[in-house]
Amino acid sequence: MTAAIEFREVSRVFGDVRAIDDVSFVIDPGEFFAMLGPSGSGKTSCLRLVAGFDSPDRGQVLLDGRDVSSVPPYDRNVNTVFQDYALFPHMNVLQNVAYGPRVRGVSLSEREKLAREMLELVQLGAQGERRPAQLSGGQRQRVALARALINHPKVLLLDEPLGALDLKLREEMQIELKGLQRRLGITFVYVTHDQGEALSMADRVAVFNQGKIEQLAAPRELYSRPATAFVARFVGSANVAGAALAQSITGVATPFAIRAENISVHGENAPAATNVLSAPGSVVAVQYHGAASRWQVKLDAGDVWSALVTEDAARSLNDLAVGARVKLAWPREAAVQLSS
Amino acid sequence: MSVRAASTFFYRRPNWYLALLLVPPLLWFGTVYLGSLFALLAQSFYRIDDFTAQIVREPTLATYKQVVTQRANIDIVLRTLTMAVAVTIACAIIALPIATYMARFARGRMKAFFYVGVMLPMWTSYLVKVYAWRLLLAKEGIIAWVFGKLGLLGLLEAALEAPGIGGPSLSSSYIGMFIVFVYMWLPFMILPMAAALERVPGSLLQASADLGARPAQTFRNVVLPLAIPGIAAGSVFTFSLTLGDYIIPSVVGAPGYFIGMMVYVQQGTAGNIPLAAAFSVVPIVLIFAYLSIAKRFGAFDAL
Repeated sequence: MTAAIEFREVSRVFGDVRAIDDVSFVIDPGEFFAMLGPSGSGKTSCLRLVAGFDSPDRGQVLLDGRDVSSVPPYDRNVNTVFQDYALFPHMNVLQNVAYGPRVRGVSLSEREKLAREMLELVQLGAQGERRPAQLSGGQRQRVALARALINHPKVLLLDEPLGALDLKLREEMQIELKGLQRRLGITFVYVTHDQGEALSMADRVAVFNQGKIEQLAAPRELYSRPATAFVARFVGSANVAGAALAQSITGVATPFAIRAENISVHGENAPAATNVLSAPGSVVAVQYHGAASRWQVKLDAGDVWSALVTEDAARSLNDLAVGARVKLAWPREAAVQLSS
Repeated sequence: MSVRAASTFFYRRPNWYLALLLVPPLLWFGTVYLGSLFALLAQSFYRIDDFTAQIVREPTLATYKQVVTQRANIDIVLRTLTMAVAVTIACAIIALPIATYMARFARGRMKAFFYVGVMLPMWTSYLVKVYAWRLLLAKEGIIAWVFGKLGLLGLLEAALEAPGIGGPSLSSSYIGMFIVFVYMWLPFMILPMAAALERVPGSLLQASADLGARPAQTFRNVVLPLAIPGIAAGSVFTFSLTLGDYIIPSVVGAPGYFIGMMVYVQQGTAGNIPLAAAFSVVPIVLIFAYLSIAKRFGAFDAL
C-alpha cells in the first residue's frame, strides 16, 4: 500500500527560524491524521507543503508515492479547508461550491448538479443562493467543506477548521467531520492546537514542537504514555517532574509525568502508604469546575503542580484553604517515565 | 458649568454630542457644496435673451434644448465623453498590473517606493505638469526626438495622420491630449485599485489554486471581480476629472472645445451663465448614468 502522504527529511527555513526541522513521517490512505502543537510549532507549515502553497528547502514531500515538491497546488489531488474558510465573497454558496468543477471546465448545468449534491451532503441544500456574508460561522464552515470535497480529493487538509466556532458547535462539528471521514474514506489531515479535538477525532496524532515531531502515536497512547515532558504537558496537562525533582521523590533521576486526575490531596500529616509516592507543598489556588476542582499546589521543590479533586474527595478537605500545607500523593504505577 | 459637568452632560446625551460634532461640518457642506450646486442647477433653467444678452429669470428648458439640439454643442459633449471613456479604459489597463504588484507582491521599501512614486507627481503643480507635457510633446520635443533617434519617426507621423485624432504634432493632436490626461489621472486609478486589491485576503487566492484554478483563472475569477469596486472608484475619478477639465484641452491638443472649456468660456467672456450651468450639468448626468450602469454590472456587489 502506497502512503497517502510521506515526508522525507523535510526542512523549511524562514530567515533564522527552522519552521520545519528535518521531519519524516508517513500518513496511510484513509487515515484521520492530526497535527497538534502550539502556534509556531511547524504544523501549519507542514500542511502548506502538502497543499503546495510552499515548497521544502530540503527533503521530499510525496503524495501517493510521487514527489510533489515542485508541483503547484492546482495540479495536486488535495483540497484544503481554510482556517478563515476563504469563501469567495462575490459568489453565492452554490457558485463557491461549484468553483472546483468550474475551473476544470465542467459545464454549468453539470457543476450545479454536483454542487447541490455536495450541499445536501453538508445539510445546506436550501442555502445555495445566499452569499457567504449572510451565513453563520457554522454554515460557512460547511460550505468550505463542501467546496473542498466536490473535487473528490484523495486527501483533505483542514487548517484549524473549527477554531472560529463556539464550543457547542465545535463539538457537533467534530462528530460530523469524523462521520464524514468514515463515510467518504478520504485521508484527513487535521491541524489543531486543541489537544481535546486531536484526541477525540484522530486515528493518529503527531505532536509538533519547534519544528519537530515530539511524538507520533494513537491518541490513547499519547495520553497514557507520553514520550517527552512537552507531550505530557501539552497533551495530558500532566505534571512533570524533572530529573532533580524525580531524584528527590523517587530516589532515581529519571524524569516522569503524572496526570492531575491521578493525584490526590491530603492533609500535611497524612500517613504514608505502600506503593504511593508523595510530595509536600502548599495550596496556591483552587478552581472549581463542577464535577471536580483543580488544586494548584506549589511543591517545596518550587514546581507548581495541579491535582484534580472530585467533589467526593473534596468534602474531606473542606478546612484546607489557599496557603494550607498539603501532601500530594499518587500510586507509583501511575507515573509515566519520560525520555527527556 | 465646569468641564466635568459639561463632559457628564454630553456623556449622558450621546445625541447632543453627535449633534455638536456634526452640525458645523454639515452646515458648511450643506451651504457651500450643495447650496452652490443647487444655485448652479437653478441657473441652468434660466435662459439668455439673444437680443439684449440679459438673463431671463423664468423657468425654462430652452437652454437645455440648446445643449442637446445644436450640432456644435452635441459635438462638444460627444468629444468630451469619448475622451473620458478612452482615458478611463487606458488608465484601468495601465493601472491594473501596477496596482497588483503594489498590493500583492511589493514588500517593505519597494512598496513604499511605489506608493510614493505614484503620489509624488500629485504634489507638484498641475499647471507645471501640463506645460511640461506641451514641451515634451512638441514637434521639436524630446518624444519626437527619441522617435527620430530610434528611426521610428515614420511611425509617429503615421499616427499623427490618423483622421480625427491626429494633427501637425503630438502637442496639437487629440493623441497628445489623451496622453496628458492618462498621465494626469493615472494615480487616481492606481490608488483605489491597490486599496481594493490589498483587502483581498491571500487565502482566497490560495483557495482558488487549491481548487484547481491556474493563475490566469484565479486572476479572472477572483482577483479581477474583487478589484472591480476599486476600478469603479478609480474610474469615477478619471471619468469625472476628464469630463470637467478645461486646462489640459486648452494647453495641449487640437482646437475643438471640451465641456470644461465651454463652461469656462460661457460664464466668463460670453456671460451666458445659463448655458454654462446647463453644460456643467452634463457631466453630473453622465456620471450618474455611468454609476448606474456599473451598479447593474455588479461593480459594487463585493463591497
